[in-house]
Amino acid sequence: MTEDEKSAVAGAPGSAAAPEHHESLGGDEFEREPVPRRAQLGFKSFVGMYAGEHCAGTELMIGPLFVAAGVSAFDLIVGLLLGNLLAVLSWMFLTAPIATRARLTLYYQLEQICGRSLVTLYNLANGVMFCFLAGAMITVSATAVGLMFHVEMPGLNDLYPNSVGWIVTVLVVGALIAVVAAFGYQSVSKFANIASPWMVLVFLAFGLVAAREFLDSTDTQIKSVSDIWQLANTSIWKGGEPLPGQTKFTFWHVTFFAWFCNMAMHIGMSDLTVFRFARKSQYAVATGAGMYVGHFMAWIAASMLFALQMHNDHPEQYMVDLLKEHSAQYATADPAELAQAPKTAEMIREAMEIENQLVDNGVLKAEDKRISVPALVPGDLAYNACGITGLICVVIAGWTTANPTIYRAGLAFQAIIPRTSRFLVTLLTGALATLAGLFPAIAMKLLDFVALYGMVLMPMGAVVFVDYWLIRKFGLQSNYAAFSRKTFNLAAGLTWFLTLGVCTVLVKYTWIQESLAKRGFDLLPADFQGVQIYFVSLPGWFFAAVLYVLLSAVYQRKVHKGGAAPATA
Amino acid sequence: MQAISWLSIVGTVLPSVLYLFNMLSLDACKGIMLCTTITWFVATPLWMGREVKPAT
Repeated sequence: MTEDEKSAVAGAPGSAAAPEHHESLGGDEFEREPVPRRAQLGFKSFVGMYAGEHCAGTELMIGPLFVAAGVSAFDLIVGLLLGNLLAVLSWMFLTAPIATRARLTLYYQLEQICGRSLVTLYNLANGVMFCFLAGAMITVSATAVGLMFHVEMPGLNDLYPNSVGWIVTVLVVGALIAVVAAFGYQSVSKFANIASPWMVLVFLAFGLVAAREFLDSTDTQIKSVSDIWQLANTSIWKGGEPLPGQTKFTFWHVTFFAWFCNMAMHIGMSDLTVFRFARKSQYAVATGAGMYVGHFMAWIAASMLFALQMHNDHPEQYMVDLLKEHSAQYATADPAELAQAPKTAEMIREAMEIENQLVDNGVLKAEDKRISVPALVPGDLAYNACGITGLICVVIAGWTTANPTIYRAGLAFQAIIPRTSRFLVTLLTGALATLAGLFPAIAMKLLDFVALYGMVLMPMGAVVFVDYWLIRKFGLQSNYAAFSRKTFNLAAGLTWFLTLGVCTVLVKYTWIQESLAKRGFDLLPADFQGVQIYFVSLPGWFFAAVLYVLLSAVYQRKVHKGGAAPATA
Repeated sequence: MQAISWLSIVGTVLPSVLYLFNMLSLDACKGIMLCTTITWFVATPLWMGREVKPAT
């Protein structure tokens, strides 16, 4: 595996292609040395790259999932403005300063700090996560292909494949993507560059069409900005309860999600590999092009498509009868008006609870329950808005995201079994991603998965930050693996594992506390609710930073006692 | 050829703008978008990413 390929592996999830970054950002040189001045690049080189990279298949799921999570207009718009700003500032003040000083790839820096064995573990973790992400993108593309063949689509809360048609569709789409990734990765990458500006404008078109549809269906006349805000609040992003099975998203959820969804790249330091080519660290402001095109405009536009689907979905007669007969809230509602109203999350939740009560009372059989959560099918949403162009966008968006992701995962796995051919490993990785794509859980829980991805890689970003800026101030040695010729820096490894352990305990706290209490171990306070996965990486980063210093102090002293004297910093 | 590409990319989003302002029907919007999409993907590979040779 070349150093460029290793750097590609330590690249970012969901982006169009890191290896192309290298080609478009000065070639595949300088993998084990600082980038010299003659190879450094200006601001414009980074703007286009980031703008295209963050308008991808993931946006088609994330935007609608915000609506499913019950965001209000203020929460979404202002939360995204702030969260994306925090992401840009993270690139500017955490990643780029190190990148433009050290001018090394993340892979090489990690190797110096952590040792080759630990970096292999890091790559394995990255590879597994890439596989699942690629699987989610195969799911996205499959929803567009399946629509053309009238395949039954999985539901929002489905974890397993729900029909033979779905299984066949995913297998065919996944196999094609895997074979092309193995044979023709570069060709698809070039195609992704061509598709990128077109995709950005199709996403914009999604939002514009959805806006017109909302204006027509609500008979709204826009005479001022307040009319737009009124429409946004009352019809598009109404807030309130999330759909059953979804976590309620508040302003802070949106903010932290937008900030941390690319945590692997900024706080996790993957984009050291990109910004090592920047002449100045301020050029990291170019990431704003990606954040505000992809993670603002595209997310908002995609969310409007699902909000429109919800708005146009009305309660069936069965649901109206159920609510009228059994719900105190709807008992006095006019049935005709209720049947014409948009089906809200509150209505669905109420109706589901009524059905469950009827089942418990023996009045209704479980298999006769008919109330279900609306399906979130990107192919459907895009087709309703922009016809065949929308379908093509969904297929291409999912494909051009899955392609480099499978390639990167393949490189990561090949590092562990280096004698295996690249072609075979990429094919097998694609097969694994396809299997993952069969299970709609990853795509439907993409908000949680993206947060998990960031959490897994965040501790190593803290290690890089601390090792570069702080460790010598404590009288300790930086780049300790290179200095001591260790292939596994135990301090870095323990920092990673312990941080992950603590974060996992915080996220699963309630489950752990209840499980222990049931077994008679009342060890944990019941009034603490834990920390949601969307927020845990912030305290986790600080924990990892402090832990790395403390463990390094112990570890370096221990190693020096047993062996060579320390070199001066 | 570049001019054709850029016209087609403008044509990808322009129908939706016209639809927003009630100047075009949704079916026409979808139809035009499909035509401009095909034009973009046919014309653009012919020039994007190719080295520009210096004039002799």
